[in-house]
Order: sequence, then C-alpha cells, then structure tokens
Amino acid sequence: MKKIIIAILAMSLVPSLSYAGPKAEVLHWWTSGGEAKALKVLKDDFAAKGGEWLDMPVAGGGGDAAMQTLKARIVANDAPAAAQIKGPTIQAYDREGVVAPYNIDAVAKAEGWDKLLSKQVASHMKCDDGKAYCAAPVNIHRIDWFWANKKVLDSNGIKMPTSWAEFNAAADKLQAKGIIPLAHGSQPWQDATVFEAVALGIGGNDFYRKAFVDADVATLSGSTMKKVFDQMRKLKSYTDEGSPGRDWNVATAMVMEGKAAFQLMGDWAKGEFAAAGLKPDVDYYCASTPSDNGYLYNVDSFIFYKVKGSDKVEGQKLLASLMMGKNFQKVFNIYKGSIPARLDVSMDDFDKCAKKSNSDLNTAAKKGGLLPSFAHGMTLELGVKGAIQDVVTEHFNSNMSSDDAVKKLASAVKAAI
Amino acid sequence: MFWLKRNLPRLVIAPSFGVLAWFVYGFILWTIYISFTKSKLLPQYKFWGIDQYFRLWSMDRWHVAVENLFIFTILFLILCIFIGIVLAILLDQKIRAEGFLRTIYLYPMALSFIVTGTAWKWILNPTLGIEKFARDIGFETFTFDWLTTPGMSIYTIVIAGVWQSSGFIMAIFLAGLRSVDDEIIKAAKIDGANLVSIYTKIILPMMRPVFMSAIVILVHLAIKSYDLVIALTAGGPGISSDMPAVFMTQMAFHRSEIGLASASAIMMFLTVSAIVVPYLYSELKREDERK
Amino acid sequence: MRENNFQSIEIKSKKKKTFYRWVLFLILGIFALYYITPLYVMIVTSFKSMEEIRQGNLLYLPQTLNFESWKVAWHGQGFSAGDVYLKTYFWNSVKLVVPAVIISTLLGAINGYALTKWRFKGDSWIFLLFLFGTFIPYQAILLPMSRTLGAMGISNSIGGLILVHVVYGLCFTTLFCRNYYISISDEIVKAARIDGAGFFKIFFKIMLPISTPILVVTVIWQFTMIWNDFLFGATFTFGEEAPVQVALNNMVLTSTSVKRYNVDMAAAIIAGFPTLIVYILAGKYFIRGLTAGSVKG
Repeated sequence: MKKIIIAILAMSLVPSLSYAGPKAEVLHWWTSGGEAKALKVLKDDFAAKGGEWLDMPVAGGGGDAAMQTLKARIVANDAPAAAQIKGPTIQAYDREGVVAPYNIDAVAKAEGWDKLLSKQVASHMKCDDGKAYCAAPVNIHRIDWFWANKKVLDSNGIKMPTSWAEFNAAADKLQAKGIIPLAHGSQPWQDATVFEAVALGIGGNDFYRKAFVDADVATLSGSTMKKVFDQMRKLKSYTDEGSPGRDWNVATAMVMEGKAAFQLMGDWAKGEFAAAGLKPDVDYYCASTPSDNGYLYNVDSFIFYKVKGSDKVEGQKLLASLMMGKNFQKVFNIYKGSIPARLDVSMDDFDKCAKKSNSDLNTAAKKGGLLPSFAHGMTLELGVKGAIQDVVTEHFNSNMSSDDAVKKLASAVKAAI
Repeated sequence: MFWLKRNLPRLVIAPSFGVLAWFVYGFILWTIYISFTKSKLLPQYKFWGIDQYFRLWSMDRWHVAVENLFIFTILFLILCIFIGIVLAILLDQKIRAEGFLRTIYLYPMALSFIVTGTAWKWILNPTLGIEKFARDIGFETFTFDWLTTPGMSIYTIVIAGVWQSSGFIMAIFLAGLRSVDDEIIKAAKIDGANLVSIYTKIILPMMRPVFMSAIVILVHLAIKSYDLVIALTAGGPGISSDMPAVFMTQMAFHRSEIGLASASAIMMFLTVSAIVVPYLYSELKREDERK
Repeated sequence: MRENNFQSIEIKSKKKKTFYRWVLFLILGIFALYYITPLYVMIVTSFKSMEEIRQGNLLYLPQTLNFESWKVAWHGQGFSAGDVYLKTYFWNSVKLVVPAVIISTLLGAINGYALTKWRFKGDSWIFLLFLFGTFIPYQAILLPMSRTLGAMGISNSIGGLILVHVVYGLCFTTLFCRNYYISISDEIVKAARIDGAGFFKIFFKIMLPISTPILVVTVIWQFTMIWNDFLFGATFTFGEEAPVQVALNNMVLTSTSVKRYNVDMAAAIIAGFPTLIVYILAGKYFIRGLTAGSVKG
C-alpha cells in the first residue's frame, strides 16, 4: 500500500516537476555551421534532462549586436541565464555586481572543476578574486596558426615556414609566380589577429606578456614593436586588393581554391576545411606561426549571471554541468576545430592539427609561452584592447610609418587606461 | 466642464508630450549625466567630471569620425537634393513611362540597410563587382576600388546612401512641383522667360517648405547613418570610414566605455542642435508670420 | 520669304524638341540603371547556384532558374538547431508592425490636428520639441530605454517593442500630419465649432475623412521604418520572438560556414518584399499624399 501511494505521488510529481523544470536563456552568436550543430548537442542534452532551453542568437560582427542585447537585458534587471562572454570581461561584470551570488559555484566545486581544468583556464572562469566559479569554459582555440594549400606549396617547393624571414622568402617567391601569398580579410579583428601572432614571433614570449598582458607603455613604443610593425607592412604587400573588409571564411576559401597560399587565422578556420571535405596533410597544411614555443589561446566560455527564480537557477546549474560534460566537450570541439578545455578528454577522435594543438599547449605551458590572445579579448580591458586594435588596423590600411605607429600606440594606450 | 473643454487640446497632446519628455528629453538628460561619470561596462552614477570629453577629443578615431560625418552629410545633402530636383523636374515634363520610372527611383527607400549593404558591398568590391565586370568585357586596366582604399571608402557610403534616399527626395519635390499652379508657368512663358529661369527663379523659391522637409529627413538619415556604414565598410579599411554613430556604438557596447560613448552622443546632439534648431525655428516663425 | 523663314524655325524647333526629348530620356534612363542595378544583381544571384556565382560574372543571367535558395531562405535547411530561416520571424514582424503603425499614425494625426486647429500658447515650441526628437540617435537611448522597459515589466516582449516604435515614430507622424493640417483652411473647423461640434467630433467627422492622402504617407513611412528596423528588434526581443530583420541579419552575417550568397540574396528579397510591394502599389498615392501635405505652408 505504502509503495503504491509513493508511486502515485511520484507520478503526480513528475509532470509538475518538468513543468517548473530548469530553464535557461542562452545568449550567443553561433548561428550556423559547425558551431550551431555543436550547440545542438548541448541543447538536446539539456532537453533530455527536462530543461527548457530558450535560444537567443544574435549574429554579426563577432558579437557586436549581441552586446547591445546583453547590456540592455542586464540594465533592465532581466539578465539571461548565460551569455557567451570570455576573458577579463567576466571579472569586469562581476565587479559591476551582476554575477554574485555565483549560482554555479556549487556545481563546479561538487564536480571538482579545479582538477578538470588547467590552472590558467580555471583562473579565467573565477569571480570574487578567484574564490568562486562564475563561468564555464567550452574550448581552447589556438590563434597563431598558419593554414596553407598543400598543392600550391608542394609545387613551388615551399615548406611551412619556421621563421618570419623564411615566410617572407616564400611569399616573395609565390608573388613572383602570380599567387597571392597571404589570404587576408582586413577587418580590425583580423588585422589584430595577424598582429599578435607577428608580435609573439618577433618579440618573443616575454615581450608579448609585457606588451599585451601588462600593457607596458615602454614596451608598446619600443624598438621591438617597430620591427613588428615593419613586418606588418611587409605582410600587407602580400595581400590582394580585395582584402579590406573581406570575411575571414572567404579568405579561407581562397586558400582552399589555391588562389592564395597561406592564411593566418585561429583554428576555427579548420571547420571550413572540414566542411569542404578537405583533410590535413592531404589537402592542406597546418602549422603554428613562427615563435619560440609560444601559444596564443582563446577560451570560449559562458558567464552565468544573477537570475531570479529557482527554475532559472536550476537551469544554470544544469547548463554548467552539461557544458563541462566529457561528451559535450569532445563533440563540440570536433565540430568547432578547437580542443577541449577539460583535461581528461581523450584526443583520439581529433584530427592531426588538434592533436598538435594539444601537445603544443603542454610544451608552451612548461616553457612559459602559453599566453592569452589580446585580439580575442582574453587579456586587457576592452577599452585598451580596442585602442591597440585601432592603431594596428589604421597602420595596416594606410602608409603610416612604424615610427608613427608606435607613437600612436603609446598615446592611445595611455588615453585608454 | 468649461475648463475641460478649453483645455482639451492640451490634454490630448499631453500623453504624447509626456512620452516625448521622458523618452527623448529625459533620456538625453540621462546621457548627459552619464557622460560625467566613469561608466565603463555598465552605467554607473558616481559623478566624475568632464574628463570623458577631454579623452574623446584626444582620440584620433573621433576626429576621423567627425570629419567623415561632415564629408558625408554635405555630399549626401547636396547630391540627394540635386538629383532629387533634377529627376523631379525631368519627370514633370509629361513623360510617358512616368509611373514606371518613379517606382524604380523610389524603391531603394523600401529596403533595409542589411539588404542595401549586402548588395552594394558586392557591386563595389573590386574582385567581384563592377571592376571585375569591366575587366571581363575587355577593359583590362579599369579600376574602381574605392571600397578598399582608405580615404575613398567614405565616398562609397555616399554612393549607396544617395542611391537609397535620393528617390525619396525626388518624390517630395515632384509632389511640390505638382502643386504649383500651371498658370504661373504659362504667365512666365508669355513674359518670355525660358524654362531654366522659370524653374530657378520662380518655382524653386516657392518650395521652401519642401526644402525644409527634405533637409529634416536627410539630416536625420545622415546623423543616424550607422546601419549603412556597418553593412558596407564597417568603418574600414582600418578606421578610415568611421562615423560618430558607429564610434558611439562601438564604445558603448563593444569597448565598455559607456561614459565616453555618452560624451560622444552629447557632442552629436550639440552639433545637430547648433545647425538644425535655428533653421527650424526660423522656418516656423516664417510660417507663423505668413498666417 | 518671311513665311519660309518662319517654317524653318518651326522645323528647327521641332527637331530641337525631339532632340531634347531624347536627352531627357537618356538622363532618366541612366539614373534608372543606377537605381535598378542592385536589385537586378540580387534577383539574378538568388537564382544562381553557388558554382555559377563563383565562376561567373555578377551581371550575367543565371543559366537555369534555381529555386532551391528561396526554399532554404524561407524554410531553412532542416536541422533542428542552428538552422536559420525567415518563416516564423516574418510573421513576428507582421504582428509587430500592424499595431505599431496604427497607434503611432492615429496619435500623430490627433497631435497634428490639435497643434494646428486648436492653437494654444507655446504650441510651436511643442512642435519644435517633436521635430527635434526625430534627430535623436537611437544607439544613445538603448540603455535608458531598456531600464524603463524593465521597470514597466515589459522588457523583452513584443509589447515593449511596439511601445518603442510608437514613441520614436510619434515625432515623424506628428510632423507629417501637422504639415498637412496646417494647409487645410481653418474656416471648416471654425464653422463646425459655431455649429457646436466638439474637439473629437470635428476630428473624426471632418478631419479624418479628408486626411487620406497624408495618412497614406504616414502609414507608408512608419511601415517602412518599423519593418526595416534592426537595432530595436535585436535589442529588445530575443529568440523566437525576433522580427524578420534580426533573422535576416543572423543569416547574412553569420560568422562561420561557407557563405551562400544565393540564399542571402533570396532572404534579403523576401525580407524586403512587403515594403517593396507597398512602394510599388502605393507609390502613386504616396506622391499624391505628399503633394497634398508638403507644399502649401
């Protein structure tokens, strides 16, 4: 009898539970392609656990439009459960008081995220002076990659460059034959992406840290920085006239079609090769840009804001736990071209480039070359980052001399801090 | 009861006026206050001073944006009004296909910026559009690469902007011409005036209110020319085609410089007020006097 | 001799006339090309396959009519997540646009009527305030607006979005209607007042019936502005409730995956279709309405 009553009670409870079940509004700008497919994995997992997922995609300009939506919601006291925010911006939101009381910290502690993540990644996910988790990482992208068309390189007797001088020599050779050496879309963020890889290669790890982590004005205006700008000017001459404003994936297509030889881009470019059915070392090469065991990372993550209502809090907890799930981290990153943020995911099913990314990351971490990408907002306050980016893109798209560029850089950064 | 009757017009305006006071002027005051704070990621309310204005005017990018706004607004106004008047006068010559042509001139106004931007970006792109077309059909040295040339890209925004708005201005002027009494033209013709001087000396001066509507609409579009810039050049190459509305949006939402963005918004308000308000006021006064 | 001379002048002037006629058509034709080319490119591209777009020239006609991209733009490709299409969002825009246009137009009409036919002290100042409201850059008011909407409890809803469009449309509708009503003789109103008709009776029985020309203009303007709005739609709605321009933006500006220009163009045409139709069908009335309202100060 007792059992029956319990059974009836349980049955009557189940529908009401699913009714008031976990709920989450997720703001992101992954609207199509591999990223969206990968996100579907998460969405399905979430629904399978009885949750109600409200999708909130706003594409465009790497999240520019999404930022308007997000800030409007926060100001209206109606923050979404989770939003695609990364780097120091996470802690900046915490300082504005819209993240505490850190709803997902309990989940993170219970699941032992400290052991599942490297210290460096974990530090990006914590608020309240590193005491509580407030964001969940989904991947690690590497920025400093060269992608190249295998046929073009092989037929011209060119190997993947191991120094910037080698790259310049190869580019000169290609250009003489009428091949565009560098496929590039000159948009501010793409210019900054190339710039930081060049800075890492020419200046070295310590230089990069001083310039882009500490925002040290002397380093930003020094003679090494001039050399970086000199190389940028050279790279500009290796691009074609259609470059300004071109989308990055259009540039990737130029490499695929053999119109251009190289592209410098983060490993989301791999998704384009994969979508076209191309394979590493068969159709294209991937190699890190020349540097001393440097590795520029970008960790995509979701911040969890303060929300009202227990269904929403439950939704956040469930979402955080699923995002860190082994299965999601694997499937998502195979689609996305990145590697898992979680350390204990097997790399067996990943391609060659991802495996290289993983092993390079470990080497870089040991040798002090594991550095946050400034172009992708993993270091520096957004205002400072933007000020640097303005100068970089202005220099790249004009006849500005390297001397003027470093002067401008110094004054722009001073004004932004 | 009498009071109610007497004040009914005011009462009817009151809700709209209240809405206006809060949503336009209240928000302007809010923005002014925020421009005096250190607001970064989200608005903060601690008073800081006028430092944001000094920061703003020390930024190269802001100077580029302001300069571009002047270039754009002046060219946009002149070209739209000029093309609008020319087309309106030509269409007013009892043309057979008038309805058809008018629709063609007018339709761009119906399209949103995303649509406009997508199409024009393609047409103006040197490796895909007009330049490629001209080279394909045999003009191998033809170049048209303004879109990707710093310093010239602002003019491509003018081209697309004029494309979108000049038809509308044509419509306003055509409407103006239509309401001019034919007798006036006939009389002038009898007096021996030629067609050009009839238009420049008699008809166009009669259309002051049309100019006012056209200028209000065009200045409004120019100041808000955010969409077109984003869709066409996104401010590039580099920052060479930046505009104040783009600058403000970038600072407020992408750079976490809400204080600075508010300062730039106030500068925009001040510019508009300085130019437009005296003009509007004098026009209204003139209207009143004529009554 | 004299007659001959006269004839030759006449022939000359006739020749001159046809010559001017040709010049006239040439100029009009060149401008027509300038205006029509982008639409032509969009339509042609939407029917091409991706292969054809890559290989061919943007001005060439498609080899075969390919409706696939139109289907994809409207229905999507059929994945259940991350699929972008216009269908649902198109109807969202309809639901948004109809009430917003009606409310803002009616309010504009009654404001214009009160400001011109029941003049009171300071009315031109009030009008100036309305007029200046048209110049406010919308990016600057997003944050205080969302704060207000949040306080009213309609943040993030179609209702909130309607309010936003009504508020900022009001400045334009008032401007249009006021300029129209000021051209209508005050005598009609005076006569009606002597007959004892009140404020609202005059408005509904006398003014509104003769307002069709300007109402057409106002409705077309508001319809275009609200239908084409992206900024407010993206900021104050989310997900399934977003208007069509947000969906179009998500399709066209997506950050990954190969660009399908044919689908982009088809989607752009679909999203612009209602406004295009309005301009094509009602263009004539639009000019008439402007004629009635804009000139006679």
